Amino acid sequence: MRLSRAAGRRWVAGVPTFWLLLLFLIPFLIVFRISFSEVRLAIPPYTPLLTWHHSWWPSIELHGSAYSFLFTDSLYVSSYLYSVKVAAISTLLCLLIGYPMAYAIARSSPSSRSVLLMLIVLPFWTSFLLRVYAWIGLLKNNGVINNVLMYLGVIHHPLVMLQTDFAVYIGIVYSYLPFMILPLYANLEKHDPALLEAAADLGARPFRAFLRVTLPQSLAGIVAGSLLVFIPAVGEYVIPTLLGRTDQLMIGRVLSDEFFENRDWPVASAVAILILLLLVIPIMLFQRMQRRELEAAQ
Amino acid sequence: MKSRGLFTRVALVLGLIFLYAPILSMVIFSFNNSRLVTVWDAVNSPTLKWYGVLMHNSQILGAAWLSIRIALVSATGAVILGTLAGMALARYGAFRGRMLLAGMTTAPIVMPEVITGLSLLLLFVALEQLIGWPHGVGAVTITLAHITFCMAYVTVVVQSRLTGFDESLEEAAMDLGARPVKVFFRITLPLILPAIASGWLLAFTLSWDDLVITQFVAGPGSSTLPMVIFSKVRFGVTPDINALATIMVLVVATGIAISTIWMRYREKRRERDLRLAAASNP
Repeated sequence: MRLSRAAGRRWVAGVPTFWLLLLFLIPFLIVFRISFSEVRLAIPPYTPLLTWHHSWWPSIELHGSAYSFLFTDSLYVSSYLYSVKVAAISTLLCLLIGYPMAYAIARSSPSSRSVLLMLIVLPFWTSFLLRVYAWIGLLKNNGVINNVLMYLGVIHHPLVMLQTDFAVYIGIVYSYLPFMILPLYANLEKHDPALLEAAADLGARPFRAFLRVTLPQSLAGIVAGSLLVFIPAVGEYVIPTLLGRTDQLMIGRVLSDEFFENRDWPVASAVAILILLLLVIPIMLFQRMQRRELEAAQ
Repeated sequence: MKSRGLFTRVALVLGLIFLYAPILSMVIFSFNNSRLVTVWDAVNSPTLKWYGVLMHNSQILGAAWLSIRIALVSATGAVILGTLAGMALARYGAFRGRMLLAGMTTAPIVMPEVITGLSLLLLFVALEQLIGWPHGVGAVTITLAHITFCMAYVTVVVQSRLTGFDESLEEAAMDLGARPVKVFFRITLPLILPAIASGWLLAFTLSWDDLVITQFVAGPGSSTLPMVIFSKVRFGVTPDINALATIMVLVVATGIAISTIWMRYREKRRERDLRLAAASNP
């Protein structure tokens, strides 16, 4: 059997669309729907959407109790705000560290550029979990950093670094730095050095030329890199669990604990919906930038 | 000008040290004899003791084997679906449902993993209630979940490779009467093969490495390697995990070295072919 061209195209676009509808979009609708039910002792452990109580006509059961519960316990609000704070600070640190690195790569010779880029991406190919785990060994009270500092006589008592905010920042910056550097590099590489030369000829000092010429031009790269770090960092689970505080959880950990420890599916779903509400604008912004990037390439 | 060049270069070197020091420390301490991981036992080190311990840990070996099988199937599935999606997005212009497909392929890349994991599990539970499949969670549901989040990455890689090529070659073949399927296998596929290969490797790595989504959709008896590692390291550092990390770093480094040499070789051969072609047609 030979397919017509139009039918072939329908299959090529249709199969992945169907897959993603079933395994990406519909699951979100299910989360949304379960966030409006109540816990019960049954399998599955939540109240059904439709019930046939008195008549043949089903009645729709919607409960807002999962949401109102989230706002009565300060644990949820504080971990929500804490996650936003940690993600924002980590994104800023990534930018401050990543920008000069991306700039140096973009200004190096073409042959060393590919080597440097490979060095940036290479750690990404080794296990994320193990790279985070490596920091436990470095940051512990009797870990490598404290041992070296004590040996050198800089400190006499070990610094408490593990299970602090500092450790979480280190972990996130360490894991997400390549996601900041790559879009920044892609942007900075396209800049025309003649513009900086012109600014210098007109008497601008290098720092001023950077602020007035390079920085505004690289805004798209800054936004793209920041979104790529901020969005996943808000829901980060592994890094705060291995390196972070035990008295202040991040919201991703709260979601996971509600689901696995408390077995409260409606509350876990409500937490997921609230994280999504926070991230929906950044995610749409990211998608728009991604689309523009690809259209520009075309 | 000079001083700024110096500043960014120093930042680059420090940044690279920051990226590699933790990995290096794992490698070094994997040869340490002491159980106290971070205290170097100079008398009895270096030793391969922890590698031996690792090789006799049947839990880790079993989990690694499961992870490899899941990653092989997931990467292959993700490449097939991702290539289709990438082709549709790069070549079909504005078709109905384009926005939907484009949105659904970029969202999983940034979506926090706890949300993806939770939503997939709830889907599997709902499906089992509705149609009696899948029977509980395990390797099958893990693989379905991995295909879904890996295909997003493959789509982006394939799509950007395709947008880099103009369509004239494919159109010429069509004009000469080739059927679309033939055009795909004779023209498009060879052009995007490097993108498909790197997409497959990326998908394999992501699947092999994933913990959070997997934890949601895994069942008893289907613990992948990251799950076993995570449950071990949650309670502190263990020396055999350092040995495991070293082996993984070694495998990646070897793979990168081989692919670099292969690409250099291909480039040299192409240059030589071009020279020969130029010499024979003066």
